Amino acid sequence: MNRKKLQKLTDNLTKNCKHFNKFEVNCLIKVFYNLVGDVPERSVAVVGLDRNAFRNILHVTFGMTDDMIMDRVFRGFDKDNDGCVNVSEWINGLSVFLRGSLEEKMKYCFEVFDLNGDGFISKEEMFHMLKNSLLKQPSEEDPDEGIKDLVEITLKKMDHDHDGKLSFADYEKAVREETLLLEAFGPCLPDPKSQMEFENQVFNDPTDFNDM
Amino acid sequence: MGAALTRSAQWTAAGYGSGTLERTPLNEEILKEIIVFVEHFIYKYPHEAKFVFVEPLEWNTDLEPSAFESGYIVSETTVKSEEVDKNGQPLLLLSVPQIKVRSFGQLGHVLFIAKDTKLKEAQACIEGNRDPVVKILGPDFGEMKEDSMALHILNKISTGDDPENEIKMKIAILLKQLDLHLLNHSLKYISLQKNLTKDSQEEKHGGKVEKSRTSISHGKVQLRKSVDKIEETISESSSESEEDEEQPDHRQEANADLPSEYWQIQKLVKYLKGGNQTATVIALCSMKDFNLAQETCQLAIRDVGGLEVLINLLDTDEVKCKIGSLKILKEISHNPQIRRNIVDLGGLPIMVNILDSPYKSLKCLAAETIANVAKFKRARRAVRQHGGITKLVALLDCAQNATEPAQSSLYETRDVEVARCGALALWSCSKSYSNKEAIRKAGGIPLLARLLKTSHENMLIPVVGTLQECASEENYRAAIKAERIIENLVKNLNSENEQLQEHCAMAIYQCAEDEETRDLVRLHGGLKPLASLLNNTKNKELLAAVTGAIWKCSISKENVIKFREYKAIETLVGLLTDQPEEVLVNVVGALGECCQEHENRVIVRRCGGIQPLVNLLVGINQALLVNVTKAVGACAVEPENMAIIDRLDGVRLLWSLLKNPHPDVKASAAWALCPCIENAKDAGEMVRSFVGGLELVVNLLKSDNKEVLASVCAAITNIAKDQENLAVITDHGVVPLLSKLANTNNDNLRRHLAEAVSRCCMWGRNRVAFGEHRAVAPLVRYLKSNDTNVHRATAQALYQLSEDADNCITMHENGAVKLLLDMVGSPDQELQEAAAGCISNIRRLALATEKARYT
Repeated sequence: MNRKKLQKLTDNLTKNCKHFNKFEVNCLIKVFYNLVGDVPERSVAVVGLDRNAFRNILHVTFGMTDDMIMDRVFRGFDKDNDGCVNVSEWINGLSVFLRGSLEEKMKYCFEVFDLNGDGFISKEEMFHMLKNSLLKQPSEEDPDEGIKDLVEITLKKMDHDHDGKLSFADYEKAVREETLLLEAFGPCLPDPKSQMEFENQVFNDPTDFNDM
Repeated sequence: MGAALTRSAQWTAAGYGSGTLERTPLNEEILKEIIVFVEHFIYKYPHEAKFVFVEPLEWNTDLEPSAFESGYIVSETTVKSEEVDKNGQPLLLLSVPQIKVRSFGQLGHVLFIAKDTKLKEAQACIEGNRDPVVKILGPDFGEMKEDSMALHILNKISTGDDPENEIKMKIAILLKQLDLHLLNHSLKYISLQKNLTKDSQEEKHGGKVEKSRTSISHGKVQLRKSVDKIEETISESSSESEEDEEQPDHRQEANADLPSEYWQIQKLVKYLKGGNQTATVIALCSMKDFNLAQETCQLAIRDVGGLEVLINLLDTDEVKCKIGSLKILKEISHNPQIRRNIVDLGGLPIMVNILDSPYKSLKCLAAETIANVAKFKRARRAVRQHGGITKLVALLDCAQNATEPAQSSLYETRDVEVARCGALALWSCSKSYSNKEAIRKAGGIPLLARLLKTSHENMLIPVVGTLQECASEENYRAAIKAERIIENLVKNLNSENEQLQEHCAMAIYQCAEDEETRDLVRLHGGLKPLASLLNNTKNKELLAAVTGAIWKCSISKENVIKFREYKAIETLVGLLTDQPEEVLVNVVGALGECCQEHENRVIVRRCGGIQPLVNLLVGINQALLVNVTKAVGACAVEPENMAIIDRLDGVRLLWSLLKNPHPDVKASAAWALCPCIENAKDAGEMVRSFVGGLELVVNLLKSDNKEVLASVCAAITNIAKDQENLAVITDHGVVPLLSKLANTNNDNLRRHLAEAVSRCCMWGRNRVAFGEHRAVAPLVRYLKSNDTNVHRATAQALYQLSEDADNCITMHENGAVKLLLDMVGSPDQELQEAAAGCISNIRRLALATEKARYT
């Protein structure tokens, strides 16, 4: 990509970006193209990170392990739902992912946890997300009993209107009372340590960033 | 649920029978809890939900058959469930209006269908089935009593492996838990109601109930602490004060009636153990929702092994788990037993390590928890030995960076928060001597001094609290002076916050032992706020601290002048009655200092202060007695005051304090007797009227306490002014006892001993007797002391003794003449005269001897 084009892209993306300055946007764009690989000019194909590439970054750079959550994070980034995170989605996604305010992060996390996108986190969705969270005890007759109970505990804590599912309002209220519940159903934000490492590396030497 | 229903639910007056439940808020609460239980039953215990009741629960319902949908065979007036028992009977049968239900699953469905009329249906069900447990499980379960529960279950299990029985048992246990839960819930509800009504009532009377209540309970501890403190300073021992003695553990008995929280907490701990980060955080957040201020919950967490897990979580890399765990530990460590358990489990070194964490919220939580745990000696030592003091002092440094271009304002406030938490932990730790030293060595004092310049009350309280603890050490007092801390302490005396005022006054009290500091308090305008704080007599802890500061400040004469200007002396006299002892000690102490001045002695008399002071002579508090005797003695310097003291029989009271077991009281009483005897009208007669009194005084010369000896010598000097009394004490052997004391290096004792000797020489052959008891040679050596007071008293004594020839020879042999010749040149006239008189006696003897030789 030539310098002029990069400059223009940077200016454009910086304008709409809340949490990164121009320099940082520039670095992140470089990282993006570094990851995607050089694309021929006037290519018709969609330029971006596909699900696997993106998940790879989440796993290696940000230490995420839960497949389902990583899929949901990918969905969260891929706003236009074309199966690919383009450069603008990359910048805007990372803006919330790394620097988002509590409000932005709550919105983001809720979308990640609302698996079917119906605006509620249902018991089934919770069960789904928590099903691997407990060590299975062979002695128990119903191996899922613990998970079910955990779902009940979560509901008791967060379901303020007692309708058996979490609306955003329920979730928001619970998180404001106890920030630890932001990632209640699984880690979907970078842990502070890997975030710091990522930022250090990207903003110091973006061309050197390598997800492997 | 039987117990809850009979004990707590409020039935109408109809009595136990076909009564109806009253519509009260409590009943509604109970019903709601039952509904929640039934609704969750299908989900939580799907297997048990299918269990068929021994007898159906029957009641009259308002539900229309049409409300039942899939899963039911519906006709116009009847409904049958498709779900049937093994005999093909439906588990739900409705024939308008009667409904019969035979499983929890179906009960749940009914409630689901009832929607808004849930409460009504539940009420009808409970009313129609007064003993639901018997209907559900059969008659042998209805009689189950709490204590026989476990036995009963064992019995049932051992008698057969019938799977149905097992389910029955499980349901029995579940119902039992529900019952307990309901009882607890209604109790909580009732007490909540009570508080609400009480509060609203008291609010009407215009008092901030909640606030004053907490300050009172907090105050008790403070009050006790300040007593310790006062006693500590008086006995000049800096032993560590223990707030909570280590008490034996009382674990809950295995078979005791355990509250429902116990089981819920046990479950959560299970998830903490076997869960990944996500499950752990959920379990921690849920645990946090229990009333962790309640001992039941605190001990439940411990008894199910929760403490180990919580502490282990602190050792992981998961920040969220650490935060969650500390949030719980912070709350439950208010319990003294839990504190000890945390220390026993090695929790402190881990928390000390967390103080190095890059995450500020973690540091804060760790420091706050340490502040709670370090309330006893062993814990404080552990903090120090693991390097905690240095790290905590480092936290104080955070606030300095507040001005750096922070990322967000969020961080700025948190820097201050970190410092506050650090100060809070140091405050707890500073109750141990070695920790005070460690804080100082880690450079804590300048940092505390800097934080003292902030204006956040919640920061200032732990900071001043720490300083006040540490000010018991000489090193600190010097540093506090050097760091210009006094200025800020004085400033905060004007705060609105009484706790802060209290700690500032307390710190001044400690520091004002030093003269320069006393001047600083005055120069920074601290005396006026102190004087005006005397009018806040409601807050006794504050009053104790303020009067303490006034006491110590009034050791300086300039300060006393100021206090008089602010009318503090009148106010102090007003505080001589109806105050707790810790206040009285200080008030009387202050008056004792003020009454060194003539004007103030007059003020005290005019305000009617003599009588309450004399009344206090009958107390038993040793610190108070020391101060009271001193104050009474100071007042007695004024003849008019003395007349009042005499009339109130104050001298007799002082005299009887000579029998007090504590030497400080004895000495102080003896000192006070001196001005009394001096200023009483018929002093000789008065002294003689105390039966056995003179013998008592003479025998005190056998004491081994220097202060007692000096004071008794002074008293004897005054007593001996009366010839008759001198004769009596001579008979009681005062001469040999005084002579025996002569070999001392204590200048104070030397002075008063010499004065006593000099007085006692005035009777009979006492002069000769002193010589015979070898008192003369040691007295001559007193002349080599550096104290002029000793010189004067000694010269006078030697002058008296030199009337006897043998004594002159002893003096001469011990080189008295040369020493006395030097004294003749002293500017002190009395000393001059006494020395000259003595020399002249010796000289005359020498001349006479010479003359005798040549004739």
